[in-house]
Amino acid sequence: MTQMTFARAINSGLRKSLENDPKVILMGEDIGTLGGVFRVTAGLQKDFGKHRVVDTPLAESAIIGTAIGLAYRGYRPVVEIQFDGFIYPAFDQIVSQVAKLHYRTQGAVKMPITIRVPFGGGIGSPEHHSESPEAYFTHTSGLRVVTVSNPQDAYTVIQQAIQSDDPVLYFEPKRRYHDKGEVDEGIDLRTATPMGEARVLTEGTDVTLVAYGPLVKTARDAATAAADEGISIEVIDLRSLAPVDYATVEASVRKTGRLVVTHEAGQSGGLGAEVAASITERCFYHLEAAPVRVTGFDVPYPYSKVEMHHLPSMDRILDGVDRALGRPNSLSGLEG
Amino acid sequence: MNIVSRVTNIRGNGARAAGSRRDHKSPTLRSHDVKRVRAIVSTDETGKGGSGAGAPAGSAGTGRNLIQLITPDGERVSHPEFDPWVKDIGDEQLCSLYEDLTAIRRIDVEATALQRQGELGLWPPLLGQEAAQVGSARALRHDDFVFSSYRENGVAYCRGVDLTDILKVWRGNASSGWDPYTVNMATPQIIIGAQTLHATGYAMGIQNDGADSAAVTYFGDGATSEGDVNEALVFAASFQVPLVFFCSNNHWAISEPVRLQSHVQIADRASGFGIPSLRVDGNDVLAVMAATRVALDRARRGGGPTFIEAVTYRMGPHTTADDPTRYRDANELEDWAAKDPIDRVKTLLDRKGLLTEQFRQHVRDRADAVARELRAGCIGMPEPEAMDVFKHVYSAPNSWLDRQEDHYARYLASFGDPAGATSQEGAR
Ligand SMILES: Cc1ncc(C[n+]2csc(CCOP(=O)(O)OP(=O)(O)O)c2C)c(N)n1
Ligand SMILES: [Mg+2]
Repeated sequence: MTQMTFARAINSGLRKSLENDPKVILMGEDIGTLGGVFRVTAGLQKDFGKHRVVDTPLAESAIIGTAIGLAYRGYRPVVEIQFDGFIYPAFDQIVSQVAKLHYRTQGAVKMPITIRVPFGGGIGSPEHHSESPEAYFTHTSGLRVVTVSNPQDAYTVIQQAIQSDDPVLYFEPKRRYHDKGEVDEGIDLRTATPMGEARVLTEGTDVTLVAYGPLVKTARDAATAAADEGISIEVIDLRSLAPVDYATVEASVRKTGRLVVTHEAGQSGGLGAEVAASITERCFYHLEAAPVRVTGFDVPYPYSKVEMHHLPSMDRILDGVDRALGRPNSLSGLEG
Repeated sequence: MNIVSRVTNIRGNGARAAGSRRDHKSPTLRSHDVKRVRAIVSTDETGKGGSGAGAPAGSAGTGRNLIQLITPDGERVSHPEFDPWVKDIGDEQLCSLYEDLTAIRRIDVEATALQRQGELGLWPPLLGQEAAQVGSARALRHDDFVFSSYRENGVAYCRGVDLTDILKVWRGNASSGWDPYTVNMATPQIIIGAQTLHATGYAMGIQNDGADSAAVTYFGDGATSEGDVNEALVFAASFQVPLVFFCSNNHWAISEPVRLQSHVQIADRASGFGIPSLRVDGNDVLAVMAATRVALDRARRGGGPTFIEAVTYRMGPHTTADDPTRYRDANELEDWAAKDPIDRVKTLLDRKGLLTEQFRQHVRDRADAVARELRAGCIGMPEPEAMDVFKHVYSAPNSWLDRQEDHYARYLASFGDPAGATSQEGAR
């Protein structure tokens, strides 16, 4: 076990992948000499050379498009999109090509591309640096979408993503990059939790709280605070957003009878809607209350002085928990 | 505050250009003339990349020398093709350009200080690029329209944007700082290169309207790699729109040197799109102004787009969040410091006997006043309110959002003291 930051854990996982598979190649803007604007790729170009850790020209569509060509040629490209809001120039290549090539070629061509995306807000940045675009990609068939919430998962899942023969979007909660945690770098990837599985973080009996990425920490804090009031929250780190591991969520909701889902992304058409609908379908008669979503608003990500209003806070999550439990809450007296 | 010279300059240019340019025989340049110009421009080496940058961008291309009217040593060199375009710039105008250059550097340095002191979230310094911004912006008329990147805060200043408004977005107090239509300049674009297409479309509109104004788009060397910029060049050429592509080649795109983006001089790319180009010493305010006037004149006369590469240097970090010592050689910075855009004008003024103590004091006073106004405006900016989050998403009420707004208002009200709602956990 080694103490390390989130960013360092990803770095270490990337290093392992570069060591283990000569076909792994990293590409992105400023990832080489600089080591990425968050230093996630620090030192990798120095150690693996300019042909394996490639600073590309400034063009996201080209980064993904050429990764496709490299994948055709048998490589395993791991590309970095510098910030969430800069993925859209590459959207066409991801949605129309990366996601569809395996299907189009009836399995003849594999697209083992990993797309790393620092995402989410809370860092006081200007526009386009704090977005949560995961739902665009979970809505796109052919892509796997994962996100991690702690250094150990960051280390493990990045390697699992790279090993996957399917394309994976790997969302990194950038406001947690400096959080520290224990990482077992000797972990066996074959016996580690598969990247497609959700994880129950704290067991509870009263309500199931589903979170992912940056809000997992907030959700855990909420569970701790609620415990003081005698409320028992079961926190689930969803980890995989496409596909969602509904079996784990369903088992929890069958036990608690109540579901709260939280994410930074806007509410409409988001993961919360998907989880709430699916769980309602799967275990409607076990639900004691309507599922509750505590999410960002349906607004463009706001400027930094007001971003804390947009981001679900511990208090806002607890207000949602109260609503699920039928306790007094900010919407008491209103229907729905 | 003392921004009179800036404002009168805008108006002055507007009044002059509105009619007179067309009538009297001012020199014009068509694309075939541009080739001729290439052969006769000065042979200064400015912009060939610093010692630390390895092979200069463009070393493999056709290459061409820079248009230059003031040398780094402050010598005014004559230039038969471009002199006529700045013949109205006499001593008084030169002094006024110097004033603007100095004021803008002061704004930039003060804003950087404000960021270091925690008053701004981020700032993208324009240190070293003052001449490229002032020389081009002061060539514009009020009815020309600018689409820029985040770095053109000196251009914004020249357009008459209020100092406080320039800072708003960097302080995180608003999603943008000003109304584009009051100054005819769009608010800064962060998505690299996107604005070049907007400028192209705006110019299509000007063309359809039969107006004689132009659109100008500013972007960086890195931006030239983006699809958007290349598509803008295609559209602009195809429709022959009144547009100036102004590329500030400051040699870096964050940590990436310009040679990673282009194997030929950036200006030379334009010919592949059928767009005439000019490669100008971006640290020479006069040469930049001349080149921009050439391009604008062509646009106003229906001659289509022009591509200007202003060869300059980003002397500061990419933004205040960046540490350039990780990727670039200090020697390179030194080389470029010797080509400082402000020093050379100062030397020129001195040679001309214009750098009197009285004038120097005036320039200092103005820079001080600008810095004071900037700081006071920054710190005194009204804080946005919680419910501002929901404003301006749509032009008409939207039922989804209205419901969320209502719920959030109830949530805040449930605390009694609304500040309590975010103070504990906030965005953590
Ligand atoms: C589409 C997109 N990709 C990446 C970024 C991140 N980014 C911000 S500035 C920058 C470099 C821009 O370089 P250049 O065009 O030369 O302009 P400069 O910053 O030098 O003025 C990058 C990569 C972005 N803002 N937008
Ligand atoms: Mg640049």
